[in-house]
Amino acid sequence: MTEGPGLRRDNFDWERFLELLGLMHRIRAFEEEAIAGQKEGLVLGAIHPSIGQEAVAAGVCGNLETADLMLSTHRGHGHTLAKGADGLAMMRELFGRKGGTCGGKGGSMHIADFGVGMLGANGVVGANIPIATGAAHALKLQGSRQIVTCIFGDGAVNRGPFMEGLNWARVFDLPVLFVCEDNNFSATTRTREMTGGAGAGARAESLGIETTEVDGNDLTAVDAAARAAIDAVRAGQGPRFLTCHTYRMTGHTSVDPAAYRPAQEVEEWRGNDPIARLEVALRMAGIEDAQLTELHRSEAAAMAEIARTARETDWPEAAGAFTDVQDVGDPRERAY
Amino acid sequence: MTMSTYLEAGRRAVIEEMERDASVWALGEDLGRGGVFGQYKGLQEMFGTGRIADTPISEACIMGAAVGAAMTGTRPIVEMRFSDFALCAVDELVNQAAKARFMFGGQMRVPLVVREPVGMWRSSAAQHSQSLESWYTHIPGLVVVAPSTPADNLGLLKAAIRCDDPVVYMEHKNLWGLEGELPEGDHMVPLGKADIAREGRDVTLVTWSGMRQGCLKAAETLASDGIEAEVIDLRTLWPWDRDAVMASVEKTGRLLVVHEAVTVSGFGAEIAASVAEALHFRLKAPVSRLGAPRIPVAYAPTMEDEARVSPARIVAAVRKTMQPAEVS
Repeated sequence: MTEGPGLRRDNFDWERFLELLGLMHRIRAFEEEAIAGQKEGLVLGAIHPSIGQEAVAAGVCGNLETADLMLSTHRGHGHTLAKGADGLAMMRELFGRKGGTCGGKGGSMHIADFGVGMLGANGVVGANIPIATGAAHALKLQGSRQIVTCIFGDGAVNRGPFMEGLNWARVFDLPVLFVCEDNNFSATTRTREMTGGAGAGARAESLGIETTEVDGNDLTAVDAAARAAIDAVRAGQGPRFLTCHTYRMTGHTSVDPAAYRPAQEVEEWRGNDPIARLEVALRMAGIEDAQLTELHRSEAAAMAEIARTARETDWPEAAGAFTDVQDVGDPRERAY
Repeated sequence: MTMSTYLEAGRRAVIEEMERDASVWALGEDLGRGGVFGQYKGLQEMFGTGRIADTPISEACIMGAAVGAAMTGTRPIVEMRFSDFALCAVDELVNQAAKARFMFGGQMRVPLVVREPVGMWRSSAAQHSQSLESWYTHIPGLVVVAPSTPADNLGLLKAAIRCDDPVVYMEHKNLWGLEGELPEGDHMVPLGKADIAREGRDVTLVTWSGMRQGCLKAAETLASDGIEAEVIDLRTLWPWDRDAVMASVEKTGRLLVVHEAVTVSGFGAEIAASVAEALHFRLKAPVSRLGAPRIPVAYAPTMEDEARVSPARIVAAVRKTMQPAEVS
């Protein structure tokens, strides 16, 4: 898509969008380094890239406060970075090294950073929905002004916990924003072929939750819709539901060639790249090309440095396998 | 000391812990009306609808919400009605509650208690009668508790609520009306400590939950034949009190593990194997196990009793253990 939104510099929050553009570059650079690292054997397990979906992470999390809570998915690097987690600690986690976000115990699919309100990616599709709902339930019991944001993919809407969690959030009027990051695919199957009815938003509405749909590759649109929903949730209006339509530019995992989708479709979406679209909008707002190029270069360079540092970091001690299992009962009881 | 039922003891534990700690709350179906067995009777009037929360019939979300709420500074008591229904929430317990602290590198704890009543009582058939405790002992991260007396239900439930680990707390449905003395004051029973329910020199019976009563009855019968059985009620299955069991079997030289659950892959196998490994040369007889056959529990009493470990069956199993070893 080459047309910009036609915004003028004077009514366009270009400073904020430049910051979010930098965040999107950071997310993409992180995943490009991770994919390269996997080819080298540095990333040890599966990774699920979100390349092409960065506007959802940046647009939603860019409206959250650090104290707010967020739960993510197996495809969660972008959400985690956008919530404020440290890129180096995350890269170390993917490389299984000391100083990783979870000390090397979780890897890509189990990144959490409670210090910035990131309550965990999850290896089980939809499992974050009841957990997010419960976190919001606790916040309500505590009378907190914090809110919870729960991001999941379109595949999650076919799991029972989706219905149970949304219903619960409505029944108890909880401060939670549900974000369906609809990238069209449930692993390697087209979601619409496996979904009855009109899908995510219609299901949320059937449970009495106000719903918004937005072009998930348009950062400015995601940003505006997320802000409105988050304001409503924080004002005590109960749960909100936001569907962001986007597209996964890679396969399900970094090693999935995704041959199940037509090349033309992928090319069309490549032309709808959220980073390129925001750059067009910023150019129309009067930002110089040189500034945009420099932003990209500096984020990519910083991430390359992070990857270099991560690969030089030591492995965690083996003894860590026995820590943080549980307080009661010795996990060494049947150890070798 | 005051007399109390097992059910009332559990209710007192919840009241005492909710009064002591404002972060403790309970969630589950029908709690406002006292819960399915009356374990929460009057608690909503005492603590309000926020802290005694009625929920939809959404076991996965009850458990999952408790995980999220436990990560967010509260200490939820999860009520599952029947342990059989807790199977609808196994992902939330096994993949989430049990794993979160470890896989997130110790950034947080998941201090929750899952109350899931177990066991056979009367014609409740295959989906309301199971004892699946061994499944949970297999899961790193979980504590598994199965109290068998009113005093233990008070003290262990309080300890479970104060524990920072997720605790699977299995009360036995057939014990709700059991009466016993409760100590006054803040009665705590440490997790992981067995209770020697009866001392004896000839054979060690290791048991828990609903089978404690059956073992004690069997021990009386055996005593009239001059066989003195020591009955050890484990109370906590993970971690189990290895020291108490080993000390007893060192003394008696004989072990029979008795549980209501299906024998095959029951927790008795873990105890029997551990004792055989550690005390092989001190044993006077092979270690043995007594549990249910590998059949679902039937409805009609004639068939239901085929799944029931009765005192008579315990007596018979002990007599077999006491026979002189035959060399083949």
